Amino acid sequence: MPFVTPEFLPALPEILLAVMACLVLLVDLYFGRRHPSWVFLLAQASLVLCALLCIALYPEEPTTTFNGTFRSDGMSAVLKVFMILVTYFVLFYSKFYLDVRDLFKGEYFVLSLFAVLGMMILVSAASLLTLYLGLELMALCLYALVALNRESSMASEAAMKYFVLGALASGTLLYGMSLLYGVTGSLELDRIREYQSVGGEIDIILVLGLVFIVVGVAFKLGAAPFHMWVPDVYEGAPTSVTLFVGTAPKIAAFGMLMRLLVDGLAGVQGDWIEMLTILSVLSMAVGNIIAIAQTNLKRMLAYSTIAHVGFLLLGIIAGTRAGYAASMFYVIVYALMGLGAFGMIIVLGSKGFESDRLDDFRGLNERSPWLAFLVLVLMLSMAGVPPFVGFWAKWSVLREVVAADQVWLATVAVVLAVIGLFYYLRVVRLVYFEEGQEAAPLVCGTDVKVMISTNALAILALGVYPSALLALCVTALG
Amino acid sequence: MLQNYLPILVFIVIALGMGTVMILAGSIIGPRRPDAEKLSPYECGFEAFEDSRMKFDVRYYLVAILFIIFDLEIAFLFPWAVVLDEIGTFGFLAMMAFLAVLVIGFIYEWKKGALEWE
Repeated sequence: MPFVTPEFLPALPEILLAVMACLVLLVDLYFGRRHPSWVFLLAQASLVLCALLCIALYPEEPTTTFNGTFRSDGMSAVLKVFMILVTYFVLFYSKFYLDVRDLFKGEYFVLSLFAVLGMMILVSAASLLTLYLGLELMALCLYALVALNRESSMASEAAMKYFVLGALASGTLLYGMSLLYGVTGSLELDRIREYQSVGGEIDIILVLGLVFIVVGVAFKLGAAPFHMWVPDVYEGAPTSVTLFVGTAPKIAAFGMLMRLLVDGLAGVQGDWIEMLTILSVLSMAVGNIIAIAQTNLKRMLAYSTIAHVGFLLLGIIAGTRAGYAASMFYVIVYALMGLGAFGMIIVLGSKGFESDRLDDFRGLNERSPWLAFLVLVLMLSMAGVPPFVGFWAKWSVLREVVAADQVWLATVAVVLAVIGLFYYLRVVRLVYFEEGQEAAPLVCGTDVKVMISTNALAILALGVYPSALLALCVTALG
Repeated sequence: MLQNYLPILVFIVIALGMGTVMILAGSIIGPRRPDAEKLSPYECGFEAFEDSRMKFDVRYYLVAILFIIFDLEIAFLFPWAVVLDEIGTFGFLAMMAFLAVLVIGFIYEWKKGALEWE
């Protein structure tokens, strides 16, 4: 087989990030002791560079390179930019969180960068091999990040659970992939799709492979009934890591779902729509109902994530381009909201005080009216109350589901969303209408406050003017 | 295609059958007169010396992992060296990039003191 030099240009952001991550590791090794902030600044700089490069290289036409294993198209470019943006915020909050608790380690930033690299490869995958490679690079970094605080037994337990269940999910996914390969004889998603369109009759083994793939992806997304790891990991991990695990990887998981099901398995769309419908209804029910019983905010937000994943699946269930675009809009919006909500826990915390119980939010309005207002914005947006962007996200997926003649599904979703309203409003009640106990002092600096304000106000601004982002999602999916 | 796997199925059935029959026969026919001495744990005929769940040094684990990484590198290098003529400059540079990543990992472990036993 002759070796052809592939075209590197479409993968330039990934190459840059890989080089920069190695560089950050070396800088931490040699200058980390004396200048700990260098690592942070370099990591942020590489994220910014990488995002600019993604925008500059925005592909008009989908291009495939590296022997059909890597694809750069509108969807991958937009998802990448938002993943990087979210990570930029995450690292900012993380620095504050780690500084206050003396957990600051250069490895934290190196692992985060490699995790982002994994996500970028994941959403650009054109072959099962690349997809798995990206997924594992992301997952392994996240396992290590969860276990970062070695002294905490909760964090170790969470990391162990995450690792074991994550490995199980990867195994399931791999088994599904091996079945797909066995049936179609190719690892490339395009070949796999072509096989289904010419074959006429769909092989039953292909559907069996699909089942395993859906289970694997559901594990990674945290959709019920494969959600067991989500609350434990969210609660046990350091809050800055929870923030990371709960936001950027969700965007990546959406990309993975699109690559596998829409790019690769379009021929068995009817089958996966049925499977996703079950997952979606269960997720919304489990997420919204169990969240009511939680007293820990991180756990509550974990269940809220499960519910949001259920909503996110609705757009994919609609099975149309517009539906996928609505889902993409939803996942981006969710990442921004999750970023704000977990970021708020970090902002309110201080050394030895996590501020992750609901009671810690009691009477926040007396301590800081501005932060209380931001909590209000974030919670109402998550609940899906207009005029915040969370409402438009829910509205756009529901519209697509109704357009696909699944009115019953939309009804179920609305009923469960209304149930979910209760626990979001409870946070708002605690913040505004309850007396605070002895107030823990706020230690965060102005820079962190500016970040969280930007974050929450962006949600408000997008809520007033959502059409630009929605239109971007529609064009990206072409 | 599935017919090719018939011998394996036959083998599984026979293996399962043999295993089940032997264990069942042993437990049904064999005499059984347990007492406290017979049921207590022992080590080479003596009382147990220590708890079997002992701690061992985590450094063994570290060394084992490092060994695996650099051992696998060789597994890549051999086939690469054999076809070096055919894969050209790009093949050569690709391996160099791979080695560069490994070298960075090596610098990291060295600097962090993972190679020092004490």
